[in-house]
Amino acid sequence: MSAFRQSVEAMIPALRRYARALARDADIADDLVQDTLVRALRSERLFLGGDVRSWLYTILTNLNKNRRRSLARRPQFMPLLENNPDASGTEAEGRDIARALSTLVEEQRAVLLLVMLEGLSYREVADIQGVPIGTVMSRLARARAHVKASLEGARPALRRVK
Amino acid sequence: MTDRNNIPVTEDELHAYVDNELPPERRSDVEAWLSTHPEDAERVRSWRAMADALHARYDQVANEPVPKRLELERLMQQPRKWLYGAVAASLLAFIAGGGAGWIAHGVAASPSNFQSFTDDALDAHRLYVVEVRHPVEVPGNERAHLQAWLTKRCGWNVRAPELDATGLKLVGGRLLPGPSGPASFLMYESASGERFTVYTAKASTETTQMRFTTQDKDGAMFWADRGVGYVVSGTSDRERLGQVARLVYDQSDRAEKNGR
Repeated sequence: MSAFRQSVEAMIPALRRYARALARDADIADDLVQDTLVRALRSERLFLGGDVRSWLYTILTNLNKNRRRSLARRPQFMPLLENNPDASGTEAEGRDIARALSTLVEEQRAVLLLVMLEGLSYREVADIQGVPIGTVMSRLARARAHVKASLEGARPALRRVK
Repeated sequence: MTDRNNIPVTEDELHAYVDNELPPERRSDVEAWLSTHPEDAERVRSWRAMADALHARYDQVANEPVPKRLELERLMQQPRKWLYGAVAASLLAFIAGGGAGWIAHGVAASPSNFQSFTDDALDAHRLYVVEVRHPVEVPGNERAHLQAWLTKRCGWNVRAPELDATGLKLVGGRLLPGPSGPASFLMYESASGERFTVYTAKASTETTQMRFTTQDKDGAMFWADRGVGYVVSGTSDRERLGQVARLVYDQSDRAEKNGR
């Protein structure tokens, strides 16, 4: 297997994590990853060095944007339950964070996840979204404020204990 | 407190501090600021808790084994979505083209019965062949259980044919509502992701010849045998599809003879 394919393969677990948080539905998330990988493999010859990781996140982010654009023309259905609620001890917390994420607008959710979950730099996220760093920072600030408010609103009992 | 601490820390800097994007020389300033500004310290704390919650919720996804359909070897050979549409389309072709022939074949084959047979098959494909993660109810590695269960529910001897000779492995199967009672639905897949399905349901015709129909890239072979209708759908490559259908036919024939 070529070095290129190896670096693509090494990214699959992280791409699945990002996609799951971004799309919130396990099947849709893996569809996104699959389409990302197919596109990446098809474009192998077009890839002239650089950071495979950022490039894959870029493809996935764009595919999700396209998916949502086409969804926007159809009526929306909200799932009553999370597709794959985790069975770990952090379940309640996990659902809260998932719910908070779902209230974010698309670009803000992507910035938040790329920075906080995937550990990308502001510069990398700016390149992925094709916007200036300042835009990334303001999206991140708004996303954090929104999620914080959402988490606190959802769990009044756990609000700051002094 | 130093003079530098008099330069107020902006919100952007708080974010940059949490995300390790702050120039190292400014970090201690921010830390000093936080010690005297509890509200900002609280925001920083909440952002870190948020990151922890994200990791607690989603890191497990990265630790799951990668599903087969995301393996690169597979993806490099597999034409993706057209395949699913293809199978549904092959059934459409079945109704539009060959179906008429089948209706005409037997006196006992009432159009309404036939119509519902193909409608059911079509519905099944629309529902399940697009299903990537859960295409079947019982996986192919439980073949014996699958056969026993489908046989019991359908009322005829359901054998999942061995199609290894044509490079196909059983993905699994499921039970479906057919036109007049239950129907069985089996899915096969090649190493390159090529999929074939075998739908069987009670037919109102006793026996017909095998027929072939095609539309664009998709094909279906169908026949009735001892009152059971079979639809094998997949590629439009007649030779390839015929090879698969022939194996299905031969094995169902043998199973019937052995069963009697």
